Amino acid sequence: MIEPTARPLPWQSATLTAIRPVTGRVKSYRFQVAFDRPVLAGQHVDVRLTAPDGYQAQRSYSIASAPSQDGTIELMIEGLPEGEVSGFFETVAEVGDTIELRGPIGGAFVWRPEDGGPLLLVGGGSGVVPLLAMLRHRAAAAPEVPSLLLYSVRDAGEAIAAEELAVRARDEPHFALMLTLTRAGGRRVDADMIGEALHRLGQPGHIYICGGNAFVGRTADLLVDAGVDPRLIRTERFGS
Amino acid sequence: MSTRGFTGRKPPEATRERLPPGQYLTEDFPVLQIGPNPRLDLDTWSFTLREGSRPLKSWTWEAFTALPRTRWSGDIHCVTKWSKFDTAWEGVSFDDILADAGIAAPTAFLLAEGYDDYTTNVPVGDLVGGKGMVATHYDGAPIPADHGGPARLLVPHLYFWKSAKWVKGLRFTQRDEGGFWELRGYHMYGDPWREQRFTGD
Repeated sequence: MIEPTARPLPWQSATLTAIRPVTGRVKSYRFQVAFDRPVLAGQHVDVRLTAPDGYQAQRSYSIASAPSQDGTIELMIEGLPEGEVSGFFETVAEVGDTIELRGPIGGAFVWRPEDGGPLLLVGGGSGVVPLLAMLRHRAAAAPEVPSLLLYSVRDAGEAIAAEELAVRARDEPHFALMLTLTRAGGRRVDADMIGEALHRLGQPGHIYICGGNAFVGRTADLLVDAGVDPRLIRTERFGS
Repeated sequence: MSTRGFTGRKPPEATRERLPPGQYLTEDFPVLQIGPNPRLDLDTWSFTLREGSRPLKSWTWEAFTALPRTRWSGDIHCVTKWSKFDTAWEGVSFDDILADAGIAAPTAFLLAEGYDDYTTNVPVGDLVGGKGMVATHYDGAPIPADHGGPARLLVPHLYFWKSAKWVKGLRFTQRDEGGFWELRGYHMYGDPWREQRFTGD
């Protein structure tokens, strides 16, 4: 399973081919880029921007698209006004621009069809992006793998790919969606909700949790409290 | 070649000279780890030096925290691009650990092993001479679990993935063996000033 990556990871030019809104704050950016190695669902890329004086800024973004042969990847970036790189994407980036990126990166928070399931995915806010890549890949390559996404957002407007997820839940017999809204009398992920997810899915074979730090830490603890083997749980976090 | 329309927010000179290439300064303390926090009890906690599979010396929490104390303050750099300045740590230096075990390092390389089954390789030369410690305190208080408490490795001159959280021991190896991330494409050494993020950097 583990193959040491002996080859260097080069910076590459990627052309921005499409921008579309995903939520009020998040946009989808599709890049044409020819990676020299296959993408795994859950991986990310590093993006590097260069100012005219040579100053550079780098950030990492999860890949939202399923691994594919079409030579493109989709990133979803929240347009944080104070963000040096995300702010650039929000206000400056246009279709046709060339951006430097390298990847795919990351070998821990990845799911391959041969890993099987049941697959429990838990996402908070924009942490759903790498999980979306897994769900898209699963639907295309291993639709028989039982899967459940527990997705926590502040309000319905924050939910990324809400319509796609609803359609998948309706049309894919082995995928279930549990969406919880935390704001305005809503409910945070709690022990009962974890219990329900485990009951509906069955004993998970792989668990991936992604979101803000507090969310991921709390959810991972709830799963361990519920008797899940901690070694099945992979986490990816942002913020502190 | 510059990116169309990008000017960036170049930090002040005083910040820039402390930032390795590709890093940005953060004021908070992001948490990165591969899984849940392990559940550790100080009554059963232990720290073990091994050569291969052979244990050389083990300490209980009580014995470990009775060893001479070392403090270090300075900047830390995470491969995910954030750097944090003026972090203050306290613990037991690698030199003092070896001295208490009454040994010299038997090989030139080791793997730090975490209670979460995480591993990462560090050359012995990067730990001796006060360069590395097993830290138990951050900013004057016991290290919180999210940041690797009760004890984590601290090798601050390398990217912070080398500073294994929840460290349970150090295993000397005959050759330089990759750990968790190093087997997944990350650099075997990880010097932030040479931007050694990935294999071949």
